[in-house]
Amino acid sequence: MPEIKVTPLGAGQDVGRSCILVSIAGKNVMLDCGMHMGYNDDRRFPDFSYITQNGRLTDFLDCVIISHFHLDHCGALPYFSEMVGYDGPIYMTHPTKAICPILLEDYRKITVDKKGETNFFTSQMIKDCMKKVVAVHLHQTVQVDEELEIKAYYAGHVLGAAMFQIKVGCESVVYTGDYNMTPDRHLGAAWIDKCRPDLLISESTYATTIRDSKRCRERDFLKKVHETVERGGKVLIPVFALGRAQELCILLETFWERMNLKAPIYFSTGLTEKANHYYKLFITWTNQKIRKTFVQRNMFEFKHIKAFDRAFADNPGPMVVFATPGMLHAGQSLQIFRKWAGNEKNMVIMPGYCVQGTVGHKILSGQRKLEMEGRQILEVKMQVEYMSFSAHADAKGIMQLIRQAEPRSVLLVHGEAKKMEFLKQKIEQEF
Amino acid sequence: FFQYCLSGHPTLPCNVLKFKSTTIMLDCGLDMTSTLNFLPLPLVQSPRLSKLPGWVLKDGSTFLDKELKECSGHVFVDSVPEFCLPETELLDLSTVDVILISNYHCMMALPYITEYTGFTGTVYATEPTVQIGRLLMEELVNSIERVPKAQSASMWKNKEVQRLLPAPLKDAVEVSMWRKCYTMPEVNAALSKIQLVGYSQKIELFGAVQVTPLSSGYALGSSNWIIQSHYEKVSYVSGSSLLTTHPQPMDQASLKNSDVLILTGLTQIPTANPDGMVGEFCSNLAMTVRNGGNVLVPCYPSGVIYDLLECLYQYIDSAGLSNVPFYFISPVANSSLEFSQIFAEWLCHNKQTKVYLPEPPFPHAELIQTNKLKHYPSIHGDFSNDFKQPCVVFTGHPSLRFGDVVHFMELWGKSSLNTVIFTEPDFSYLDALAPYQPLAMKCVYCPIDTRLNFIQVSKLLKEVQPLHVVVPEQYTQPPPTQSHRTDLMIDCQPPAMSYRRAEVLTLPYKRRYEKIEIMPDLADSLVPLEIKPGISLATVSAVLHTKDNKHVLQLPPKPPQAPASKKRKRVSDDVPECKSLKPLLSGSIPVDQFVQTLEKHGFSDVKVEDTAKGHIVLLQEAETLIQLEEDSTHIICDNDEPLRVKLRDLVLKFLQKF
Repeated sequence: MPEIKVTPLGAGQDVGRSCILVSIAGKNVMLDCGMHMGYNDDRRFPDFSYITQNGRLTDFLDCVIISHFHLDHCGALPYFSEMVGYDGPIYMTHPTKAICPILLEDYRKITVDKKGETNFFTSQMIKDCMKKVVAVHLHQTVQVDEELEIKAYYAGHVLGAAMFQIKVGCESVVYTGDYNMTPDRHLGAAWIDKCRPDLLISESTYATTIRDSKRCRERDFLKKVHETVERGGKVLIPVFALGRAQELCILLETFWERMNLKAPIYFSTGLTEKANHYYKLFITWTNQKIRKTFVQRNMFEFKHIKAFDRAFADNPGPMVVFATPGMLHAGQSLQIFRKWAGNEKNMVIMPGYCVQGTVGHKILSGQRKLEMEGRQILEVKMQVEYMSFSAHADAKGIMQLIRQAEPRSVLLVHGEAKKMEFLKQKIEQEF
Repeated sequence: FFQYCLSGHPTLPCNVLKFKSTTIMLDCGLDMTSTLNFLPLPLVQSPRLSKLPGWVLKDGSTFLDKELKECSGHVFVDSVPEFCLPETELLDLSTVDVILISNYHCMMALPYITEYTGFTGTVYATEPTVQIGRLLMEELVNSIERVPKAQSASMWKNKEVQRLLPAPLKDAVEVSMWRKCYTMPEVNAALSKIQLVGYSQKIELFGAVQVTPLSSGYALGSSNWIIQSHYEKVSYVSGSSLLTTHPQPMDQASLKNSDVLILTGLTQIPTANPDGMVGEFCSNLAMTVRNGGNVLVPCYPSGVIYDLLECLYQYIDSAGLSNVPFYFISPVANSSLEFSQIFAEWLCHNKQTKVYLPEPPFPHAELIQTNKLKHYPSIHGDFSNDFKQPCVVFTGHPSLRFGDVVHFMELWGKSSLNTVIFTEPDFSYLDALAPYQPLAMKCVYCPIDTRLNFIQVSKLLKEVQPLHVVVPEQYTQPPPTQSHRTDLMIDCQPPAMSYRRAEVLTLPYKRRYEKIEIMPDLADSLVPLEIKPGISLATVSAVLHTKDNKHVLQLPPKPPQAPASKKRKRVSDDVPECKSLKPLLSGSIPVDQFVQTLEKHGFSDVKVEDTAKGHIVLLQEAETLIQLEEDSTHIICDNDEPLRVKLRDLVLKFLQKF
């Protein structure tokens, strides 16, 4: 039996810079092309020299597939295609194609304009890179060439996220990207048919967690926000502009409405309105309920949530602010954090996973004295809360997906080594 | 391969294909032209329509005067309008496995099929098709249920009675099959049986057949379908367009190499150029409004209306119409406008790139924002407060028999300042207007039908080169009103096969091959011998394992050994045991030599007949015959076992054993 070869160029036993090379029946496919948020040096991008030492990327790769728009899955794309040099096809779904360049541009601005780095990809490179992108429909069988075909499945996680089946002859691999198996307030659950791949490459961010019911977590979140605001504190919620932010906005919006609360809710950066507009136009990618009611009431038109201005951070009194980026590693969320960290009345809620090396990761692991730029020490007195809202499948969900697809073998990536070992045993037990 | 033809309407098809043990229904269009025989349903009590005289037979008998009314010199049925269903008796529709829908206009009979025939299968359609199809059905149900009609006429349908009626009622076909409109619960039940599919998605049916929808370029989500097995391919082309309007362009390349191509849903107005018609539409509209008149556009709530609004968006400022209100009135107007904006993935390239900005793909969003276009669920409520004249009204139904359009016809028909512009091609505009005559308002006919015309069809067929073409009979002759126009018919080689309603067509195709997979361990054990340069043969001894219509050759079982560990319980291991393998035979039997051999063995009266498939060798005296065919040999000989064995051995001499 011909073999399938998998080489992770990033995110093997780690989260960040997802990039996996799959060789199947003589075809080479690269799955995702992400950046690592914990590094600012060469390690932030996958190591493409593994391929280039033997020749050009375009000659070696038959295609590149991007699973969703998060930067740890697409952040290295312009570097890869324009600076290292790749001219072949890049496949992604329509929403990913729409949103990906905006996040890349955002990332570029933070890196180049704010941190003053040179030798980074330019706006033009992002544009040129996106010209190589072919948008795919869900379930459409895309014939990359005569033998290689790919097919996208709904993955939940974020707007436009997809799992991909890669098939050559009768051999196939399914790559999940990031996915979640339970519908949330704005997205549906991942779904795949019994396609019986030879290999299933699954993410395993929450390999050891079996998360309690969503409802409890939501109640908990609202309670914490409410209590802080009641005692006059400020709540900072670092988020990515697209994805979890929309879910939490829907949650707070309905809560504010119901409780008749007056404290202002802000959303940082001009991306908000634009982001919500994407959700409106790609409403077919959201969950059943939102799709059904969107004609009467569009869930992405918010009454209580207003645009944030930098000056607001110094306003007295309670407020809730959603600010980007989500791991407190740069930008506005970090600025606000520095302003508010010293006051024990305030609270920061981390609604998602934080990569090692980021401020988010440090405070979550209990560090209360942070060394900032210029050897400055920042003492964190504000309350730090972690709420796992990020939409990854938990152990139960991963098992469920394995049951759905009935693969011959499973490969875990995009997780921490120890946790993966635990899940590995569990999978071996059950199947 | 059979095709059961359940509809006679070439643009509202309903065919059933029997293909490799599956039964596939292709579209289920509802012929609504029957409603033209009925009186309009007015939303507001109409003195004119309520005081019509009953129709009296020539001999003076009046027994039909409750059911039939005379209006404007024509006779109409005074009853809830009824539709002409696809044939339901030609085959047992509960045996249909799947229904493939090509576009939202071709699914309007779905509730009749899924709810009344014992249908238990699955319906496949794209998401825009389902969503917009639902809107069309909702509008239809709503406009008929809003005007409850006490009576449901049936006496006139009696064959003896129908004979006595004036045309066109006299000639109406299948009136006993006409049915009242379905209800919303039935629509919901029908739509719940639909499974959503995307373009180029390969859908396996029972492992035997694969079906794939392809973009057809005609409407949002409209598709052609490929129905194929490993060795046969049927293309179903229904309602396709090569013009650049809002939908994704037609996928032609995937239609290549078809054994059979079924072609329906061509343009109904082959002589009109859609672009020219849009121009005429705009200029007539502008002229009427400038003269202080109102414009009425009877239309469906989705489809061409999006293109018309886009044209008007570009046109109104230059034509000085910026202050004229545009009204779109339909119970689903808002939904239709909203839905059009969220199907970016199904739109043409230009519109697709707009959502990347992000901007709404259709400019009618801006028309609504600037208050130039307003939409209302009906003429009642807000509309009556906002209503300003002169204005332009888009509303349904294009048959002019029900919906808000009836009200505007009654309201504006008496003034020559007003204009009604017909853009939908499904109904003859003169027939539609008949119950409103005499009319003072101007009537302009600008039918916009973007579907393929005959020139495009002949180009398409040359391009994709199907072995056989199947079309409705209407396409094999010029239109009846233009019998000299021999260019308005299908012209291809070999000539297209045609079908008509209630006909069963045998498709000219015979299955010859089946695909079988070989397990790797079995393949490993094969020893190919080169018999000619480049051609190697190997004998295969294996067990043929058939499951879910997939065939796999597996290694024959080894003699039983120690029982395998009990944990392994996979089906593939349960191969039936066969004790000894019989030798396998192959080869062909040359008739002449076979006859010589027979004669050598004492058969003197051998006679050979040629048949279509091979030969029959007759042994007259022994009353025995041997059928030699390409893929089978039969010895038919009654009650003489020794003779049969003798003949068998003679046949075997010509065959090779493995």
